[in-house]
Parts: sequence; C-alpha cells; structure tokens
Amino acid sequence: MIDKIASFGRSGADLVISIGRAGRFLAGVLSGVPRPKTGFPLLMKQLYSVGVLSLAIIVVSGLFIGMVLGLQGYTILSDFGSEAAIGQMIALTLVRELGPVVTALLFAGRAGSALTAEIGLMKATEQLSSMEMMGVDPLRRVIAPRLWAGFIAMPILAIIFSMVGIWGGMLVGVEWLGVFEGSYWGNMQASVDFWDDVVNGIIKSVVFGFVCAWIAVYQGYDCVPTSAGISSATTKTVVYSSLAVLGLDFVLTAVMFGNF
Amino acid sequence: MTQRTTDITVGLFMLAGLAALLFLALQVSGLSPKSAKSTYTIYADFNDTGGITPRGRVSMAGVTVGSIDSITLNKETFQARVAMSIHGDVDNIPADSAAVIRTSGLLGEQYIDISIGGEMDSLQPGDTFYSTQSAMNIERLISNFASGK
Amino acid sequence: MGLDSYITLKDVVFSRSERRVFNGVSVEIPRGKITAIMGPSGSGKTTLLRLVGGQLRPDSGSIVVDGQSIGELRRKELYKFREKMGMLFQSGALFTDLSVYENVAFPMRVHTKLPEDMINDIVLMKLEAVGLRGARNLMPSELSGGMNRRVALARSIALDPELIMYDEPFAGQDPIGMGVLVKLIRDLNSSMGLTSVLVSHDVQESLSICHYACIIADGKVIGAGSPAELQNHPSEQVQQFLNGHPDGPVPFHYPSSAAAEDFGLAGGVS
Ligand SMILES: Nc1ncnc2c1ncn2[C@@H]1O[C@H](COP(=O)(O)OP(=O)(O)O)[C@@H](O)[C@H]1O
Ligand SMILES: [Mg+2]
Repeated sequence: MIDKIASFGRSGADLVISIGRAGRFLAGVLSGVPRPKTGFPLLMKQLYSVGVLSLAIIVVSGLFIGMVLGLQGYTILSDFGSEAAIGQMIALTLVRELGPVVTALLFAGRAGSALTAEIGLMKATEQLSSMEMMGVDPLRRVIAPRLWAGFIAMPILAIIFSMVGIWGGMLVGVEWLGVFEGSYWGNMQASVDFWDDVVNGIIKSVVFGFVCAWIAVYQGYDCVPTSAGISSATTKTVVYSSLAVLGLDFVLTAVMFGNF
Repeated sequence: MTQRTTDITVGLFMLAGLAALLFLALQVSGLSPKSAKSTYTIYADFNDTGGITPRGRVSMAGVTVGSIDSITLNKETFQARVAMSIHGDVDNIPADSAAVIRTSGLLGEQYIDISIGGEMDSLQPGDTFYSTQSAMNIERLISNFASGK
Repeated sequence: MGLDSYITLKDVVFSRSERRVFNGVSVEIPRGKITAIMGPSGSGKTTLLRLVGGQLRPDSGSIVVDGQSIGELRRKELYKFREKMGMLFQSGALFTDLSVYENVAFPMRVHTKLPEDMINDIVLMKLEAVGLRGARNLMPSELSGGMNRRVALARSIALDPELIMYDEPFAGQDPIGMGVLVKLIRDLNSSMGLTSVLVSHDVQESLSICHYACIIADGKVIGAGSPAELQNHPSEQVQQFLNGHPDGPVPFHYPSSAAAEDFGLAGGVS
C-alpha cells in the first residue's frame, strides 16, 4: 500500500518535472530576438517541409470528410424534410470542430512525427552537440524555426481543410443529391457567423498548432539518442499531440460555444 | 531546391490560406465587404419569446433587416425585453408597427417579423415597439382548443 | 610542470547516472602544444572533452580554459567563448542536410560577415588541407566514415580556433588518411600555434605526435608526462596500457559483480 502511494507520488513528481523541463525548453527556444537575416530563410525552409508538404493529405482528407458529411447529413436531415439545412450543418461542423481538430491530428501524424524523428536523429548523430561546440545555440538555430513553422502552418492548413470540406459537401449535396444550390449557401450564410464561428475555429487551430509543434520538437530534443529512443519519441509525439488536441478542444469548445 | 523556389512555394501556400480565409468570410459566413454597416437599436417586450436566440433574424416582409442582440427579463413586468439592431438604412419603420415572433416552416427556426403599421412617424433609435405578439405556443393552442375556451 | 597551461582541470568529480566517471581528475594542458589524452574505451575521454567545452558541468572541481572558469560563464557567454574552440567529434557530426562545402562554410556564415568570395577561398583552402577539395559538392551521406571525419576537421578549423580538440581522429582511417591527419595535426599546431588536445587509444600514433600525454583509467589520471617519461613510467598500470597486455591492474571488464554469480554458479549447484 505504502509502496503504491509512493510510486504514485513519484510518477506525479516525474510528470511535474517533465512539464517543468518542457517549459524551460520552450523559454530557451523563444528567448532572444530572432535575427531576420539568418532566421527568415530557415523559417521558410521549415514552412515548406511542415506546411506545403502537408497540403496534399489535408486537401484529400478535407474533401472526403466534406463528402461524407454531405451524405450523412442528407440522410439524416431528409427524414425531417429539411435537407436544405445541409449547408449549415456541414459548414458549422467543419469550421468549428472538424477543421481544426482533424487538421491537428493529421498534422501530428504527418509533420509532428517527422519533426521529432529529424531532431532526434540530429541529436543521435551529435549534430546538435557539434553545433553547440561551434558556438551556435541549437535551440534557436534548429528548434525555433521548426516551432514557429508549425505554429504558422497549422491555422493555414485548417482553413484550407474547412474550405475544401465545404466544397466537397457541395459536390455531394448539390451536384449529386440535388439540394438547391441557393439554399445550400443561403442557409450556411444565415447561420455561420464570421467572428463567432470562423474566427473561433482559427483560434483553436492556432492553439493546436502551438501545442503540436511544441510537443514534436521537445520530444525530438529530449529523446534518448538511440534508434529505440527515437522511435519511442516519435510515437509519444503522435500520442501526446492527439490527446492534447482532443482534450484542449473540449476546453476551448466549452469556453467559446458553451452558454453558461 | 533553391532558397528561391522554397520562398515562392511557401508564398503560394500562404496565399492559398488567405484565399481560403476570404472564402470562409464571404461565401460561408456571408460577411459582406461593406459590413460594419451602421445599425441602431430598438426594443420589444414579449410575454413569451419562445425559441428566439441572440443573433437571430429580424425581418420585414421576409427581408432580413437586422438581428437580435440580447434577450433579458424585465423584473418589474416579468416580460422578456429583446434588443435588436436594425440596419441603418431601414430608418422609416412606422411607429405603430408590431413585432411578431414567427416560425419559418413547421419546425424551423424562430425569428422576429416586423408587421408594418400605418403611422407617419417612424421608430427612433432606443424606442420600444408599442405592440408585440408572442411566440405561438402549440401546446397552449391545443389545450385551449380542447377545453373549448 | 613549469609551462604556461591553457586548460587546467582541478579535482574534477563527475558522475553520470550514478556511475562515477571521474573521481578527482587534475590535468594541465599546455598552451600551443599537442596533448594526448589516452585511456581504455569507456574511461571518460569524450566526457573530458565535453567538460572542457562546457557541455557538461562537473559535480565538483574547477575547469579553467584560457584563464576563464567555464562553470562561471552564463549561457550566452559560453556560446561566445566556444567560438575560439574547435572540436572534432568522434562521429564527425556533419550536418546531413548541407553539402560538404556548406558544412565547412557554416561557422563562417554564422559568426562572420565575410563576403561570399572570401568564404569560398577559405572553404576550398580548408578542404584542400584535408585532401577533399574535389568532394565539395557531395552530401555527407555520400562520404565514407573517414572522409566524413576529415570534412569535420576542415569545418572545425574554419574559424582558426585557439584550441582544437580531436576525439578519436584516427579511428577508421586508412594508412594514408592517417598519415595525412598526423601531418595535419602537427602542421596546425606548429604553424598556427594551436593548442591541441588529442583523444585516442591509438598509443603509438598518439605518442609519436604529442608533446605531452596523460592516461586516464578508473576515473583517475594514472600517468602523465612527455612520451619519453611515460615509456619509462614506473607504474604497472601505465606499462600495461602502453604495451597492451590483457592482464594487469587495468580492468578490461566494465565493473560488475563476480562472474560466478552472473553465470548462476554461486552456490546453487549441488
Ligand atoms: N549519455 C550518457 N549517459 C550515461 N552514461 C554515459 C553517457 N555517455 C557516456 N556514459 C558513460 O560515461 C563513461 C565514459 O564515456 P566516454 O567519455 O564516452 O568514454 P570514452 O570516450 O573514453 O570511450 C562510460 O562508462 C559510459 O558508460
Ligand atoms: Mg569516446
């Protein structure tokens, strides 16, 4: 019994310690003024690999999710004779929830794991150490551009995801199932509010972008520098990011859309 | 991959994001560029607001002319006080008009319809509707009908 | 030792995950000379270099480099201070996303505002010195281990440091590459007055180029002095290490419990 309490306390302490380490790591990454001349090309390179290269999976998934929403929405709503409301259903679902959340989950799997593996391998091959010995802080040179890139790319990807989804819903609802196009857009416009729905959705994805990128770079930087260590760090990135995104989504939704 | 191509691709990516944002703003949420239109607020007291909610529609002859801002309880009269913003260019609502809560379709959303009066004076910002008609309550209708009153 | 010393380690104690790597090590590394640090693998040679570079902090004891106590530097000052150190890592540690040329140019691009044509000249000169000018457009993944290390050497001398630390430079070099490296290390030292620290367990090569050597084992310095002094060192441990006898006071095995226990023979057999 005492043993159990002790081990519980120890794992609690471990959790606090690792959160503290991650926080100190973040402070190290963000401290100091960025130097535009060297920093900008590095950021561009990372935006390319984190953002542009994730675009394909985001567009394809967004399209399919929008189409599925169109089909499901039509089946459910036509029972009440209100299949014209399909536009508003698809748009609200995507803009408020699925856009930010699914993008973040895909991002964690596509870009987050790659970030962790890349940084972990740089650590294992002593590239980070040798950078330190050359008087270059790897936190600022290697980690910071990756963190910022994730932070910037996520909302952009989420917006594109929602747009493609809404368009995919239209393909199914309007082109295929024959909902009147005017009411698809009209209902949508009457019920979606730019500030309350679209902007709140973007705020969500900004938060997710920050959290996912932070987890990914921290796991890479903190990994045990062996093949097993890198593989477990990559897994942790995907698991922790997904859990953090879903948990935070609940909290943010309660704050933004809950009426209490 | 040279730095230049990277820059261009990332630039295109950002532009795509911006275009998508415009799409969400204009086409999806119907934000019109000439928004931030001036509005003025008028009030109406209802015995029963039924299912109307803030941000709901206010219309005249079926055309949307404003939206509901807030719904509060007036503690002295025990009526609901609804504040609504009306588009600034609709500035000639006759003072004896009535605010009516209606339902679009059988089960659709509820909204406020302004049924036009005949007076020459018009409602000024801050004014309150003289007459209102509360939400139709199907349950009450049925029970009234059944008890023959 | 009456010489002016560039690096002084005094009573350094350092543990790594409960294992004591150094137990009171004191070493003096003279300025402008080649010093060899030798010892069996796992004795903490790489750790010693990392302590000098400030990447690790000792549990106790002091480390002074060029009159500056490393432990007292703040993070930013430490990074500034490292600009005058070069370190050649055991694995080379080239940046895998940059070409050979860019790898060597990296420290100059970060720390100097030299014009591009000057960087070009310096890079080619350094690559020429390690015999790899022709490989400048290759990526690190296209190099062999030995070539990797030579490019890394070119990179670590790009900024003309005052101190250079070589971690096992000879491992994996062919005889010619080895000869080139030995000559290079000597030349760098004599022409530029570099203070060089050479970590190796390659006894003959190291003794042939160093001015001064020190042997660590068991978390302690077991012998130090000029190569000639070491050859005639009275300590049995030193003699065993220099001549490579498998049996002697220096343990070949990582510390462990009695073998009999691990193999299940400790009294269980009836
Ligand atoms: N990251 C680490 N974590 C724990 N112990 C380590 C680590 N790196 C090295 N060690 C231990 O420190 C000791 C010295 O290692 P090292 O300096 O690499 O030896 P050498 O370079 O002389 O072969 C070894 O016993 C090794 O087990
Ligand atoms: Mg070593």
